[in-house]
Amino acid sequence: MLAETLRWPGEHQRVLLEATLRHLELSLAALSVAVVVALPLGIALTRAPGAAGFVTGIANVLRTIPSLALLVLMLPLLGTGYLPAMVALTVYGVPAILLNTYAGVRSVDADIVDAARGQGLSDRQIIRRIEIPLALPVMFAGIRTAAVQIVAAATLAAFVGGGGLGELITAGMGTLDFPELLVGALAVAALAAATELLFAGLERGIAGRRRAS
Amino acid sequence: MSWTFENYDRLLAALGEHIVMVASALALSLAIALPLGIWSARRPRIYAATITLTGILYTVPALALFALLIPVMGLGTGPAVVALVLYSLLILVRNVAAGLRAVPPEVIDAADGMGFAPARRLLRVELPLAMPVIVAGIRIALVMQISVATVAAYISAGGLGDIIFQGITQDFNEKIIAGAVLTSLLAVVADETLRLLERRLRPPAGLTDAG
Repeated sequence: MLAETLRWPGEHQRVLLEATLRHLELSLAALSVAVVVALPLGIALTRAPGAAGFVTGIANVLRTIPSLALLVLMLPLLGTGYLPAMVALTVYGVPAILLNTYAGVRSVDADIVDAARGQGLSDRQIIRRIEIPLALPVMFAGIRTAAVQIVAAATLAAFVGGGGLGELITAGMGTLDFPELLVGALAVAALAAATELLFAGLERGIAGRRRAS
Repeated sequence: MSWTFENYDRLLAALGEHIVMVASALALSLAIALPLGIWSARRPRIYAATITLTGILYTVPALALFALLIPVMGLGTGPAVVALVLYSLLILVRNVAAGLRAVPPEVIDAADGMGFAPARRLLRVELPLAMPVIVAGIRIALVMQISVATVAAYISAGGLGDIIFQGITQDFNEKIIAGAVLTSLLAVVADETLRLLERRLRPPAGLTDAG
C-alpha cells in the first residue's frame, strides 16, 4: 500500500493538481470575502456601542457552530456546488476576524486617540492613521486564525459538492482506493501546515516592522 | 417538520452517541494532558517539544486525520475517539501549563513554608488556583470535539453526523437540518455551560492575579 501511495501522485498529476488548485481557490475566495465583510464591520462596531454587544454575541455563537453543520445547512438554501461551500466557509471565517478587529481597535490607548483628536484629526483619519496601524497585529492574528480554519474546513466542502482535496478522500473512501485516500489526507495536512507557517511568518513580519518603526 | 417529530427517538439516540463519544474522548484527553501539563509546566524544553508535537497534530484537518487513521485503526468509534484526543492535547496541555505557571511564587513559597509536601501543594494550592485557566481550555477543547465528532460519522462512529450524512445521501433536507441544528445546539450549550463554570471558579478580583 505504501508503494502504491507513493506512486499515486505521479500517476494522477492532473487530478491532484486540480483538487489542490480548487481547494486554494475556494479558501482564498472565502477568506477574501470574510476580510472584506468583517474588517469594516469590526471597526464600525467600535463606533456603535449599542450594537457591539449584540453583534459580538452573535459572532461568539457563530464561532461555536461546527464547520460541517455550517456547510450542510447551505444545502437547503443554495443546493450543492462551489457557491454553498464558498458562502459557508466565508461565514465560518468571519467571527475570528470580526472579534479580533473589534478587540484590537478597542485596545488602542484612549490617550493617543484623544491626542490625535485634539490635533484636529477627523474620525476617518484617526481610524486610518492611528487605530488601524496600532491594532494591526491583533487584526492580523484574527485573519490568520480564519485562514487556517477555512483551509481545514474546505476539506469538508467535498460533502456539498464544492470540490477541493477532500474529494480525493471521499472518492478514495467510496471506491476503497486507499492510496487516493491517503494522498488526499496528506495533501490536505500539508496545505494546512503551509497555511499556518505562511501566516505565522507574515504575522512576525508585521510585528517586526512595528518594532522597527 | 413531521420527520423530526416522528423520529425524535432516533435523534435522541444519535445525540446520546455523540455525547458518549465526546465524553470518553474528553476524559481520555484529560487523563493524558493533565499529567503532561503538570510535568512540562516548569520544564521549558519539554514544554516546547510537547507544544510543537501536539501543535502539528492540531493543524491536520479532521477529515484527513480520520483518513490517515483508517489503515492503522480501521473504522468505528475507536479511531474517532483517538482522533478527538489527539486534537485536544495542544489546547489542554497549554492551558494546564499556563494555569500552573500563573500561580504567584509567593503563594508557592507560603505553602512550602507551611510544610506542604510537593504533591499536597500541587493538589491543594496550585491546581485549585490554576483551575479557571484549565476549565477555559476544557471549554475550547470540548466545543472543538463536538464539532470534529460530527465528521466522525463518516468513518462509521455514529453520532449526530450520521443523521447529516444520511440526509445528504437521501437528498432529504429536513434530516440535514435536524442533524446540523442539534449539533450546533449541543456545541452552544456546552460552551455556555463551561463559560458559566469558568466564571464561578474565578476568584474575586484582588485576591490573586492568577488567570
